[in-house]
Amino acid sequence: MDTAVLREHELDSLFQEIAEKYGYDFTLYSKASLKRRVHRICLMDKLYSFAELRYRLIHDPEYLQRFVEEITVNVTEMYRDPIFYKTLREEVLPQLATYPFIRIWIAGCATGEEVYSVAIMLQEANLYDRSLIYATDLNPSVLEKARNGVFSIRHMKQYSENYIISGGKKELSSYYMANYDLIKFDDKLKERVVFSTHNLVSDASFNEFQLIICRNVLIYFERELQHKVFNLFDSSLEKLGYLALGSKESIRFSNLEQTYKKIGVEKIWRKVQ
Amino acid sequence: MENRNFKDTGVVLIGGSAGSLKVLFELLPDLDEDLGFPIIVVVHRKAAPDSHLESVFKKHTKLNAVEIEDKMPLKANTIYLAPADYHVLLETTNELALDYSEKLHYSRPSIDVTFQSGAEIFGSSAVALLLSGANHDGVQGLKHIKSAGGTVLIQDPDTAEVDLMPREATIQVIADYIIKPTEMAKFINKLANRIDHN
Repeated sequence: MDTAVLREHELDSLFQEIAEKYGYDFTLYSKASLKRRVHRICLMDKLYSFAELRYRLIHDPEYLQRFVEEITVNVTEMYRDPIFYKTLREEVLPQLATYPFIRIWIAGCATGEEVYSVAIMLQEANLYDRSLIYATDLNPSVLEKARNGVFSIRHMKQYSENYIISGGKKELSSYYMANYDLIKFDDKLKERVVFSTHNLVSDASFNEFQLIICRNVLIYFERELQHKVFNLFDSSLEKLGYLALGSKESIRFSNLEQTYKKIGVEKIWRKVQ
Repeated sequence: MENRNFKDTGVVLIGGSAGSLKVLFELLPDLDEDLGFPIIVVVHRKAAPDSHLESVFKKHTKLNAVEIEDKMPLKANTIYLAPADYHVLLETTNELALDYSEKLHYSRPSIDVTFQSGAEIFGSSAVALLLSGANHDGVQGLKHIKSAGGTVLIQDPDTAEVDLMPREATIQVIADYIIKPTEMAKFINKLANRIDHN
């Protein structure tokens, strides 16, 4: 299917229809990326026209699940941007250590690589046992993968290197068992994790946290939706709590700009008011 | 170029891989300050935390050079540099968007992604230049530029440090111009004031 077939207004009306019928609202997602993803799933599933795609989506609720999973980007890594994690370790965790009980929300966790990264850091800071990590995503199937804690061994070398740069205190391999081309993380690393579906577009705040991590999720949202999500984060963050975003994301031009203070060069802000 | 009907240039997209930085640092200092359009540069680079390409770019040009951040507005006379490990897309709202989806040709940023997106948004006013490189990224993107009526420029493979990418492009796409590094700045400066003969 030629991308030209995907006319913007047709896509708009399709996403409007999906929002009304299924409650998954992509109408305020960034168009350029969304269009690429739709084109990609059409190629994979051999849908040759826009009408075919629309028919399938409206009449086959099971296909909708696959569609949602494929048009959202679920690519993630352990200790991506190791300096970011180093800052978390050295600047943020010591502050969190002053609380008797620590609540962290990892929003848009995809297959969970960041969740295990954070759990390991909390263990190494001796904070894990009094922490609770809420790991959420809108896709139930990627959450299932996150919950299983089984990953391909292919990227582990890279992850180990990043882990060391981030200030890791051991060997990353001491946290998992390898079996042929798969690794499985120690179950203890998910004992203090609650995996749950949550849609940033439509679901409300569900707790108060001292740290919210949401990296490379907002890049897929238009500004209007970003502002909405920033407000959701703000209402879910305790005073003096931290908000951590992806390396090219920013709270600039949002309501939060006045009441949050950036710490260091990484994309971490503290709620000061 | 006098015998072709050009529309105003909307954007110049430059893609390169191995051997392309040298070419960029040769052409950037000679670019005029008032080009009247933005330039987006996508070069394959290591996803290293200590990548200082932005500051190196700034030293080589009179234009404003910035590394792209999420939803940055596209402005004339500015050079936008694709950040390491993100694809760069263009929006109808005249903003740049970043995307962390799967690598293409083992590359993120991928030149194909940005060229195709540029072709969709700017159509015939898009100009794309593909430089030296060691894989096939950018070739499909040039095809999109071409079929949208845009202008395809390819570095003369004989001048490329690694000629695989530009040579493959010249085989698969009919270039409007095949140019040498020494001619590139002059060519881009001319795009600033080309006349529509319609």
